[in-house]
Amino acid sequence: MQTALILVALAALILGLAVWRIHKQAKLYEVGFGRQLATTLSSKSFQLTLAGFVIFVGLWWVTVSLLKLPWFNRLPGPVEVVSEWLSPEPTFGISIYTKDYYTHIFYSTYRATAAFLLATLLGIPFGLLMGWNKKFYDYSLPLVELIRPIPPLAWVPLAILVLPGSEPAVIFVTFLVAFFVTTLNTLLGVESIDENYFRAAKCLGASNKDILFDVVVPGALPYVFTGLQISMGASWFSLVAGEMIAAQYGLGFLIWDSYSVIAYPVIFIGMATLGIIGWASSALVRVVGRRLMAWREAELSGSARVEV
Amino acid sequence: MSASNTAPVCRAADGALSVRDVTKIYDPEGVHVVALEHCSLEIAAGEFVAVVGPSGCGKSTLLNIMAGFDYVTHGEILLDGAPLATPDTRPRPGSDRVVVFQHGALFPWKTVLENVTYGPVVQKQLDQPAAEAKAREMLARVGLSNIEKSYPGQLSSGMQRRVEIIRALINDPKVLLLDEPFRAMDTVTKSASHEYLLELYNATGKTIFFITHDLEEAIFLADKVAVMTTRPGHIKLAISVDLPRPRNYRMLASQEFLRLKAQLVEAVHEEAVKAFQAGEREMA
Repeated sequence: MQTALILVALAALILGLAVWRIHKQAKLYEVGFGRQLATTLSSKSFQLTLAGFVIFVGLWWVTVSLLKLPWFNRLPGPVEVVSEWLSPEPTFGISIYTKDYYTHIFYSTYRATAAFLLATLLGIPFGLLMGWNKKFYDYSLPLVELIRPIPPLAWVPLAILVLPGSEPAVIFVTFLVAFFVTTLNTLLGVESIDENYFRAAKCLGASNKDILFDVVVPGALPYVFTGLQISMGASWFSLVAGEMIAAQYGLGFLIWDSYSVIAYPVIFIGMATLGIIGWASSALVRVVGRRLMAWREAELSGSARVEV
Repeated sequence: MSASNTAPVCRAADGALSVRDVTKIYDPEGVHVVALEHCSLEIAAGEFVAVVGPSGCGKSTLLNIMAGFDYVTHGEILLDGAPLATPDTRPRPGSDRVVVFQHGALFPWKTVLENVTYGPVVQKQLDQPAAEAKAREMLARVGLSNIEKSYPGQLSSGMQRRVEIIRALINDPKVLLLDEPFRAMDTVTKSASHEYLLELYNATGKTIFFITHDLEEAIFLADKVAVMTTRPGHIKLAISVDLPRPRNYRMLASQEFLRLKAQLVEAVHEEAVKAFQAGEREMA
């Protein structure tokens, strides 16, 4: 039963990786999906990717389960972790069949999303304003540069003192890092815009407001989306830190709690789940970015080039 | 290129530029740089004037002042008798004098059609459908019919520059300011671009102020070629080009063309030597 489940999980992983590859190449529209899948599965680079996974899990298995190295002797091996993860009746109470597992995922996702969206909604306008208005830039940049290096965990006591309850405090701490990343990347995006685009827009009769929406915003967009991807990742790692200290649910809490109650396989389940969700959320930001910047895609793909 | 090159030149009634004793001093952080000094030039309505001179002589400075990107320090520039740039007026770019930039400044995030319709739509001169109809008609005139939905990054440099000139002309400006628009092009693309530009000039009769360092290009295109001195720049001499219009490439080998070229080579060489020596003094 368990072996079958593990095999199914492995197959799902391989298939998932392959589909991701196909998606990245974005050729789904040209060739049939089945054929594309076959080519991807047999491609050299996909096999290398797969080999990377196998080597990683293999090393884990060799050091922990086979050799039982002294430093690692309290850790669970890959087989233990996966079978616990996929077990309908898990020994430590957490697997894909338990409601608790999804409650933790839900709380973490909710907090990370809330913090990310808040950071995006405030960070992009703030960054645009800094890049757009010299006075505002002079007011705010030194402050931002001073506050930004303060690690998120250092904000936890302050957040708990000021905000009602631990929930807003965790979200606030998560928000802070994401906000600075988004703001500074947006600012960089505005600064990267060639002066001639501003001049051309003015020649063509654009008002300041027109320039903001037709030059500043689209011109900064590539950097903004790079910033959002980083900010998404940053949200996850500061979230987990916050959850370890001030929460009753969430994957960060789950990992820390499992450590204190000696439920070691659950630590690994929590970590792996974070990896998957974090990666998926960054991928989502990337896909949205691509949709919004069709012009860059067109520019980068040589096939669409027209000659005189 | 196409048959309409034989159309007679119609000259616009307005767009006369008068550059009077213009001096421009850059003074960032106390370093006094005199870019232009006592620079004067008369450009009649509908005239095609090319300005040549050594690099860094202030050609682009003059263009930037005309465009409204920069202040003048002394002197004034008049457009159809009204002050355009004086030391007391705030520089203001406008759609009556549109610039086409050396490296191109089509918005890469807008399609060709969105770029071309940008001026009339943003100024609320035309609504979107009317602007698009006009843009399509003008693009077709320079052989760019099927690229409306392309992004600038997908076009060759020759096509990009043609689109940019159309984006300027659709606003019906009084003056077209061209800052070495064909500089980075290969010979074939360049000569094709010349023919398209002349065709558009013949059709619209706009005043054109054209900066270049290519003497043949200047003579082939312009009614008047002005030579600028090395920095501090002023107009050293202006030579009328009496080659008939419409022009064609055979004129490049005519006696008159060669005579003008010899005259210009002499004047420009003198300035180039001065610029070179000044550069060596600065290095020493």
